[in-house]
Amino acid sequence: MGVVQGKGHKWRLLAAHSGLVAMCLLVLFPLLMVVSISLRPGNFATGDIIPRSISLEHWKLALGIPYLDADGTLVPPPFPVLRWLWNSTKIAALAAFFTVTLSTTAAFAFARMKFRGKTPILNSLLLLQMFPPVLALVGIFAIFDTIGNYVPALGVESHAAVILAYLGGIALHVWTIRSYFYTIPVEIEECAVVDGASHFQSFLYILLPMAVPILMVVFVLAFISAMIEYPIASILLRQVNHLTLAVGSRYFLYEQKYLWGDFAAAAVLSGIPITIVFLLAQRWIVSGLTAGGVKG
Amino acid sequence: MRRNWASIAKAIVVGVLALAVLYTVWKVAASGQVLLAVAWLALVSLGFYVYLARSAYTWRYMFPGLLGALGFVILPLAYTVRLGFTNYSSRNLLTFERSTRYLLDETVAGPGPRYQFTIHPAAEGIRLAFTPTAAGEAEGTSAPSEPAARYATPAFDPAQPPGAIDAAELPTDETLPEPLALRDVIKLRAALSRLKVRFPDGSQATMTSLREFGPLTPLYRRGERGTLLNTQTHEVLTPNFKSGFYETSSGEEIQPGFKVDVGLANYIRVVTDPALTSPLLRIFVWTVTFALLTVLFTLVVGTTLAVVLNWELLPLRTFYRTLLFLPYAVPGFISILVFRGLFNQNFGELNLILNGLFGIRPAWFSDPFLAKVMILIVNTWLGYPYIMVLCTGLIKAIPGDLYEASAMAGAGPLQNFFYVTAPLIIRPLTPLLIASFAFNFNNFVLISLLTQGRPDFLDARVPAGTTDILVSYTYRIAFQDSGQQFGLAAAISTVIFALVAGLSIINLRLTRGRLEGQPR
Repeated sequence: MGVVQGKGHKWRLLAAHSGLVAMCLLVLFPLLMVVSISLRPGNFATGDIIPRSISLEHWKLALGIPYLDADGTLVPPPFPVLRWLWNSTKIAALAAFFTVTLSTTAAFAFARMKFRGKTPILNSLLLLQMFPPVLALVGIFAIFDTIGNYVPALGVESHAAVILAYLGGIALHVWTIRSYFYTIPVEIEECAVVDGASHFQSFLYILLPMAVPILMVVFVLAFISAMIEYPIASILLRQVNHLTLAVGSRYFLYEQKYLWGDFAAAAVLSGIPITIVFLLAQRWIVSGLTAGGVKG
Repeated sequence: MRRNWASIAKAIVVGVLALAVLYTVWKVAASGQVLLAVAWLALVSLGFYVYLARSAYTWRYMFPGLLGALGFVILPLAYTVRLGFTNYSSRNLLTFERSTRYLLDETVAGPGPRYQFTIHPAAEGIRLAFTPTAAGEAEGTSAPSEPAARYATPAFDPAQPPGAIDAAELPTDETLPEPLALRDVIKLRAALSRLKVRFPDGSQATMTSLREFGPLTPLYRRGERGTLLNTQTHEVLTPNFKSGFYETSSGEEIQPGFKVDVGLANYIRVVTDPALTSPLLRIFVWTVTFALLTVLFTLVVGTTLAVVLNWELLPLRTFYRTLLFLPYAVPGFISILVFRGLFNQNFGELNLILNGLFGIRPAWFSDPFLAKVMILIVNTWLGYPYIMVLCTGLIKAIPGDLYEASAMAGAGPLQNFFYVTAPLIIRPLTPLLIASFAFNFNNFVLISLLTQGRPDFLDARVPAGTTDILVSYTYRIAFQDSGQQFGLAAAISTVIFALVAGLSIINLRLTRGRLEGQPR
């Protein structure tokens, strides 16, 4: 680029580097800290930032293995972390699968068919997205409480209820997939229809295989957002064994029972896979960011 | 021929499905929720229409998706607004029908034969043996050694107790194994308490104590014009549809209450009850302050980093960018809880460092001001990467010759920023900043996981916290420490809807180009 380099260039470079390094340290401090805490013996700060001795006790407990402490007493795992991780993964995977299914079919209709009320419906879907579900928690709870009176498997305290509640968030995905469908020439499907395929066949065998990349993206996005969702899961799930990771993790840090080290191990254990998935999907997420999705 | 079979199979499947659905409709209607049954029937009929009628072909693709959006976004919103006009709370949780049935199901020990019982292990579970309690014999004394007539149930699995079971007379020559000790009886209490035993003489009995089965009679029966009669005291209970309780003639409210419409009572309470109004106002001010300051701080940090990282002569730019993006990639619930631990006053690593350097241990969680400072620090940490990424994109779009021109005019980096970069990115950034404001206005996860709204106001009767924002306050009212006042929480939620809707309208004005049904 044509920016003229002045005399102060070297100093500026140095200032920028030191500023960035300081910022990186500040940003990474909590993340590095939690790794160090997970390897430190005991649940309380010992006066060292870098642990003097490494202990795997918290990791054992996080993985559900009882741990024999120095006095010879067996410490059982305080919480079923792996169970929570499994619950979270199960709920997130199913929610993501159904989200993809529902939003793909809807996006197909919006992209390829003509019908009355198309534009208003599409726009109102987007507008709805501005009301986060956290505002309607009372309504969500009351609805699933009522459903549970008739179908206990879909009531409060069931994972199916949480998955259903997450399906409300499909609007943005409908928009994303629809935009992608527009980039695929409609002529290919028309050829298939000429050859005798039905609408549904042209959708299933022609359009869908070509849209696999965007379906993967939407799946990953829906998966991550369900993985880290807290408010809905916290009102629908109460029993320890039913909790998702996002709801359960909080239980480590009660004032009366402060399991800082155990929490650190559980956090690193569950945080790393989610972070990696997120970083891998980052490219698409970032391009979708300007489209209005906001995360704290 | 094949086609024929296919259409027959289809008809059968559709028929079976329709029957199954009608059964559920009937079940709902039979439970007294006629409105719900009608709604369910309408929904299912619509589904059948969409998937069977040729003319509704397009909707087959959209039906499930729209149903998801309607059912789990619009319906909860609408229902929340609706609940804001009711007294729905833990005291008035049930519908009128269920509350009535609950009272009608209440029982007291009635007249009739009583039986001492023992539990005997059997091959498939347990058996119960009964000996009539002799008249005048006090409950709790040991069974008579020579029983007059003994009855016993067939063996059943205590893990899945049947609703009712018949007891038959036990042949005198049949002996049962040793009965279970009282300790084991206590363990089986929950299973046995739901059990009804029918005796050969036609009487029924349920468990009344750990040793005895006795006949039960209902405590209430229906009286005239919707009243309930207490069979013991002969008192008349009248349902009060204003307060949502059955009341005795002296006005005593009988639990459980039921859900009734209370009109604007919740809203009036919010405005006039000083126990709610003053914390609510303070919470509102803090909510706005919190959201504004968050946007400001993340904007400053994010833009600065974006500008610096956009400096093409800087080596290692991608490396820095990846590291600085990390707070966004780590799941929020984990990083917020990590901060909760790090900021802990006594055990937290942050105070450990501050104590070592300056000898201070700030009370991050018990001092309202420090708690707010902590929230803003944490939220800036969480939120700046988003702004950084946005700004990076926007700055990249600025044509390079503008900077060349400014360099020719002798501008320094600061002048470059304030006269070239900032004016060009602020316009596209504004709607995103408003969206960010709206998001943080409702940033429930942060408050709930970091401070849970604490420290609380000392003068508030309904628990309210100095760091509570509006949504976390409604969550507390609805789901935490205030007796689950769903109706009140829903009323406050409705007010928040209105605020968010206002914000959305402003934002829409600024981004009109995004709608209109055109692909991006």
